Amino acid sequence: MNSTVSFFYFLSFLTVLSAVMVVVSRNPIHSVLYLILTFFTLSGHYILLNAQFLAAVNIIVYAGAIMVLFLFVIMFLNMKQDNEESKTNLTKIAATIVGGTVFVILFGAYRKTAIAPFNPEQYDSQVGMIESLGKLLFRDYLLPFELASILLLVAMVGAVMLGKREIGERHF
Amino acid sequence: MDLTEFLVKTATIFVVFVLTLVIAMYSTWAERKVAGFIQDRSGPNRAGWGGLLQPMADAGKMFFKEDFIPALANKWLFIAGPSLAMLTAMLASAVIPFGSTIRVAGHEVAMQGVESNIGILYVFGVVALGVYGIMVGGWASNNKFSLLGAIRAASQNISYEVAMGLSLIAILMMSSSLSLGEIVAQQHGMNWNIFYQPLGFIIFITCSFAECNRVPFDLPECETELVGGYHTEYGSMKLGFYLFAEYINMFISSAIISVLYFGGYNYPGMDFVYQQLVKALGADTGHNVATLIGTAVFFGKALFFIFFYMWVRWTIPRFRYDQLMNLGWKKLIPLAIFNIIITGAAVLFLKPLVTAWLN
Repeated sequence: MNSTVSFFYFLSFLTVLSAVMVVVSRNPIHSVLYLILTFFTLSGHYILLNAQFLAAVNIIVYAGAIMVLFLFVIMFLNMKQDNEESKTNLTKIAATIVGGTVFVILFGAYRKTAIAPFNPEQYDSQVGMIESLGKLLFRDYLLPFELASILLLVAMVGAVMLGKREIGERHF
Repeated sequence: MDLTEFLVKTATIFVVFVLTLVIAMYSTWAERKVAGFIQDRSGPNRAGWGGLLQPMADAGKMFFKEDFIPALANKWLFIAGPSLAMLTAMLASAVIPFGSTIRVAGHEVAMQGVESNIGILYVFGVVALGVYGIMVGGWASNNKFSLLGAIRAASQNISYEVAMGLSLIAILMMSSSLSLGEIVAQQHGMNWNIFYQPLGFIIFITCSFAECNRVPFDLPECETELVGGYHTEYGSMKLGFYLFAEYINMFISSAIISVLYFGGYNYPGMDFVYQQLVKALGADTGHNVATLIGTAVFFGKALFFIFFYMWVRWTIPRFRYDQLMNLGWKKLIPLAIFNIIITGAAVLFLKPLVTAWLN
């Protein structure tokens, strides 16, 4: 087994382990921290695929920004471990059924998928680099890219509208 | 990768690591010396000549203090907080180009830990992670003041990251590369970015003050409102790590500022010095000595910015929290977007005109 493959197995093991720990942890803060670890290992996978830009952006956006907001909310909610038992058996059964269905669907889809034949000799290793990614985005996929950015702008304007200070006295 | 290359890389990273730690250590000494100078007193002068052993004495004191963990604190996260702060502070030093290359027996060894084509994004990602050390530590202390301090620090960091990223984009539009080595190489011959990006530089340095939690943005540890901020419950070497991480961050951001805006290891008359050295000492030795001079220039620039941090600390009073947020969101971000538009217009229209006029 060459070093890339063994490294891939090590990373995959870490990814699955930390993803399982996200679900298993009793403490929500621990879950969030394990989720951050999962994002890191996913970035490791991107680097193995030579997609360095994607790896960096995954860290910046998910681990650096979104998970910080998750942590914010969970820290302020101050959830204690003992009121976790308040879930009824019905909720648990429903959750199990839903989760199991999603698993079956994913597994079925995975089994039916045929991976396109792939030739390592002709593969362009530079395809994940930022230069080729930028060319692809701004030449071939310019319209979808701009539409996505307009969508994001609209979402941002909406968020600003929701978070706007209400008329009346200030509370700080 | 063959073994020699691997060993050389390991050695480079080790040297970078040690240099960062030593500079951060002596920044604590320099901070007190500068404070003493500005306040017209002598500062530390007992331990060693001019107080030079003071950082050692402080480290010894920190190590021998009682290592106390509060009873209701989350033990593992309480320990993980300062470790994360140190880790994220140290990580960014790997991609900083300290000089051009050293030639040893026909091999070129770059004076840079890792040359990556996403260098600046890597730095930005690591800076974004710096929040976790503070947040985890503040939450794990199980103290309301610590939590509030941590939340303050984190919201300050993520607010100023936005303006910082936007001011970086203007640089990237000019260099059309994300690699720090490439950005420095393009500034050869007094093409320093500060002449093209004065507004971007001001935004960037303001944001880096806020990212390092330095005065005038040191609200996370505002004594009058929050006791000691996020490290209220910390003592011993864990507190030491938090304080030390701040100095490492200061050095890293000074180095990044000199790389991005002040040409890194480039200095005026560089080519002339290089030719003279090659003529006098032969191709290899001359090249190496020229590289070392460049590295010294780079450290001179970085140390100047560390001094600038200290100078500002003892000159400007602290902002109020709403002033800080207004500055970040309502002034710096629009300014940074304006800077991007100006830069884009200049690259598209002004640059061809000037090039045509010069030829």
